Amino acid sequence: MSNVNAPATEAQLRQAKEKLDAHVREIVEWHFNPATGSPFWLEKVSELGFDPRKAVQTYDDLKKFPSFEDEWLRGGPISRWIPQGLKGKPVYVFETGGTTGIPKSRMQIDDWKTDYELFSHTLPDEHFPKGSNWLMLGPSGPRRLRLAVEHLAQYRGGICFCVDLDPRWVVKLIKRGNMKEMEAYRDHVIDQALTILSANHNIRCMFTTPKLLEALAMKLMENGSSIKASGITGIFSGGTEFTPQWYRFAMDELLIDPENPSSGPVFMTPTYGNTLMGLACGKPFDPADNYKITYFAPQPRAVIEVVEFKDYNTLVGYGQTGRVKLTTLTKETFIPGFMERDEGERELPIEKFPWDGISGTRPYHEFAKTTTVGVY
Amino acid sequence: MVEIPVIRWGKQYDSLEKQEVVHFETGEVLAQVHQANGGMLKMDRRFSQRARDVLRQIPIDTLIEMMAKAGDLYLNATLPLGNGTQTPAEFCRMQSATTGLPEHMSAFNMKKNFFVLTHMREILEALTRGLPLDILTRGYGKEARGIMLSYQANSPTLGMVLPSNSPGVHTLWMPVIPLQIGLVLKPGPQEPWTPYRMAEAFFQAGIPREAISIYPGGPEVGAAVIESCDRTMIFGGTATVERYHGNPRVQVHGPGFSKILLGDDVVDQWEKYIDLMADSIYLNSGRGCINCSGIWASRHTAEIADALGKRLGPIAPLPMTDSKASLAAFTIKGQAEAISAQIDEGCKQPGVTEVSAKYRGGDRLVVHERCDYLRPTVIHCASPEPTIVKAEYMFPFSTVVECPQDKMLSQIGQTLVCSAITKDPKWSQQLLDATNIDRLNIGDVKTIQLNWLQPHEGNIIDFLFRNRAFQNEAPPAH
Repeated sequence: MSNVNAPATEAQLRQAKEKLDAHVREIVEWHFNPATGSPFWLEKVSELGFDPRKAVQTYDDLKKFPSFEDEWLRGGPISRWIPQGLKGKPVYVFETGGTTGIPKSRMQIDDWKTDYELFSHTLPDEHFPKGSNWLMLGPSGPRRLRLAVEHLAQYRGGICFCVDLDPRWVVKLIKRGNMKEMEAYRDHVIDQALTILSANHNIRCMFTTPKLLEALAMKLMENGSSIKASGITGIFSGGTEFTPQWYRFAMDELLIDPENPSSGPVFMTPTYGNTLMGLACGKPFDPADNYKITYFAPQPRAVIEVVEFKDYNTLVGYGQTGRVKLTTLTKETFIPGFMERDEGERELPIEKFPWDGISGTRPYHEFAKTTTVGVY
Repeated sequence: MVEIPVIRWGKQYDSLEKQEVVHFETGEVLAQVHQANGGMLKMDRRFSQRARDVLRQIPIDTLIEMMAKAGDLYLNATLPLGNGTQTPAEFCRMQSATTGLPEHMSAFNMKKNFFVLTHMREILEALTRGLPLDILTRGYGKEARGIMLSYQANSPTLGMVLPSNSPGVHTLWMPVIPLQIGLVLKPGPQEPWTPYRMAEAFFQAGIPREAISIYPGGPEVGAAVIESCDRTMIFGGTATVERYHGNPRVQVHGPGFSKILLGDDVVDQWEKYIDLMADSIYLNSGRGCINCSGIWASRHTAEIADALGKRLGPIAPLPMTDSKASLAAFTIKGQAEAISAQIDEGCKQPGVTEVSAKYRGGDRLVVHERCDYLRPTVIHCASPEPTIVKAEYMFPFSTVVECPQDKMLSQIGQTLVCSAITKDPKWSQQLLDATNIDRLNIGDVKTIQLNWLQPHEGNIIDFLFRNRAFQNEAPPAH
């Protein structure tokens, strides 16, 4: 059996690049063809000074596009993002941010399902048993995650139980310094989770955030139980708070059964993602990595690059730090070169994911002072 | 390289995340401090009561003796520090190198902590007003005059979210262990030295390791301390004070806005008090909340300001190792520059004059490659109106404000230490009644001259214990 964490071979790298370039050509053709493209991109062509259908033949050619502006995703009409070729299909709108002002939104039809179906194939069945039920202990409302995890559960033959969680309210409480109310709200969310877990629903799998996992684990321990004892066997979690130290802490302390520590922790896999990208998978756990977390984008549907802070078209060297640049390439959404609010280190491709990875994701240092992270 | 671990109820924990503590002048890495994560505190909270329980197994009298021994170890011994050791001289060098405090001031602060640790019995007797200390252990008991008293601990532990820039604040938590309350310390990022050295001195003196945790880390850890401990002391600016105002679980130590008030009966002899005023402003580099940041008088204010400017203005930065160094460095890039610009802006208001500039022979802001200094600044204000009257900064800075005596108490605002120089009995009574003053000195007392037998920003006994009713027999018929 091959080692999926082994460095990618030259042949694998070449194949992945060819696949990506072909995918880029297909997606650019789709979005800039008047018969299939979205009003937004068809109108943008006149400003570009080049014809993308001719000028973009490889992934590198996407550098010809100007930086994708954050503000383009705020406000409507949302229909300007719907490709003509998909007109008439049921449309979902997912939002990010939005505590104050107009949130960024992404129109989706099937992307959210596709992303999570692909992700499903990376989950080990022994920890995420097919047919078992899920708990979605994360943000609800206009968040993609809420529906996506439910779809993931259904795709794997299970049923998803959810809680109400409004992260915008949590951010407001934190900004007001009203920590007591924030804690009360968190307890309210955890109480919902405990109720579901106690109701004999055969829940084996869970999505949650580091903060909520801690809160749930502590509450269960107070009640003389544990996450492991509750029957959960597989968790996926994520975000910039999922640091190596937190990962180890969770595996050593939160996810073991205090009554039977030698039975080992509940399996947990890190993910990194958002409404724009989809879901980047963590490199399979390897004790040799000492809990270092490396993510790989779901290429070719999305690409992550780690670029120089002062030149977004230049990759940093392997192991070097840079800002996260995201490119989304699906028939529903074309977003070339979106500068994320995170930074990290560029990582070498591996056999399982023969393209660049990223580790050490954390809020971009220029924004970190004003960003409220880990609110739920 | 010294590696300093997290301490979880006495047990070392090596984290995967470490923060370098660097020498502010050379950039040399002095230590790597392992970083806790917030969840760790919540996990460890389950053992908070054990911290108090193990301490309650040792009589308070014995704990007081251990404190004296710990004081001696802290001041004189070579103690373990992470994977290495540290002598007292190394402690001073390291503390100076990361906080910007001159080495002789670090040594002075060591002696201050030593004094508190070796006078714990008197301090506890004073703070408890002579309460038989075993009442704090048992929870109830009769005092000498036969009255039943009950004191209940509000929390088995006290959390301390400590600052980086004021090593003087550590005296505040010295009485906690002999009160049989456990300690949860989050050191300031640049000042891990005192919490670790003190904890090690405590352990070597016989304090059970299960009574103390030290969690270095980021803001998330500070928030977790506050959440995990039912009583926490934190340090911060005005915004932090306002944020926790009215929260009985949190005692905030913020800016002091300490002042000297010259009464009308003494102000004509103002020259007599110049030494007292100058020392109050600049000793310990003016960093403390007890340093004077405002001198108020009804007349002669321009002359007082000029005399103080002449005295303090020429003081310039010296190397940290110089025993005459009296200015601490600003080690956070841009901080000194921002403060200086703020002062310049404040000086544009009518009636505001900086009087120290002409005696300084150079700019207020002294820029070095890796740190900055602010030289002493004295500002004359012709009335209490200008905004700068309410300013306090972490260097020798003071306004001299002209204000009629009968208006002073309504104009000075919140004041941590007020040294009122007067013999006027009527005004003295008004000063005693003024609730905007915390520590009141009436007489020739520098604002920085603290008597450790007095409570500081609230009595720690009242913060940690609740005096409540307890009866184990029916009261006399009535």
